[in-house]
Amino acid sequence: MKIVNRLGLHARPAMCFVDVAMQFPCEVSVKRADQTVDGKSIMMMMLLAATQGTELDIVCEGDQAEEACAALKKLVDGGFDEE
Amino acid sequence: MKLSELITSGAVVTQLKSQDRDQVIHELIDALIASNAAAGEHRAELLKRVLDRENRGTTGFGRGVAVPHVKHPSVKRMAAAIGLSSTGIEFNSLDKQPVYSVFLLLSPEDRPEEHLLAMEVIFKNLSKETFRRFLRQAGSEAEVRSLLDDADTQQLAG
Repeated sequence: MKIVNRLGLHARPAMCFVDVAMQFPCEVSVKRADQTVDGKSIMMMMLLAATQGTELDIVCEGDQAEEACAALKKLVDGGFDEE
Repeated sequence: MKLSELITSGAVVTQLKSQDRDQVIHELIDALIASNAAAGEHRAELLKRVLDRENRGTTGFGRGVAVPHVKHPSVKRMAAAIGLSSTGIEFNSLDKQPVYSVFLLLSPEDRPEEHLLAMEVIFKNLSKETFRRFLRQAGSEAEVRSLLDDADTQQLAG
């Protein structure tokens, strides 16, 4: 999926992402090109430096993986409720 | 982007006077103004914006570090200050623990990509236990500078 909000994955959206990811028991990892980070760690999420237009892959594994993926996709596609 | 270039020369406070979040942010904005990285006339507004941002969601991300930040039209060039506290600062952190190292980042308003790259380079280092430990132990700006140079040349283990 693609980061659509103008300011990119800055601190506030990254924290929203981690908050949603934490609601699910499965493991969540986020890939950007050849870099993969823990989607439940705010420090790691900030390392992606994902600007507007950046493509990210979200991989959820374990219990409620499908629900987690759907919730995170909705969040990112909705631009984290930003412009 | 290099961490050593991001941190404004002269804007490293190795012994923060305050243990209070708002006062610490004050001290670091003053350090950036004294180092000519920010304009004194915008002092009150910069402070207000950083605190507003902090009140909407803490940048005390845990592990004893916080990265308060703000974008402002008066900022022409990305600038950051470092503040260290040996006693710890109550920062409303995600892990409820005190903060010992604070990075305050000022960014121009119209360059979100640069802001993200700056955050990336800061977090890349703050996520390393070695970096956090050496930073806390640094007793002078020169020691912090030397650590930043090591970090830029990848001489620190994860």
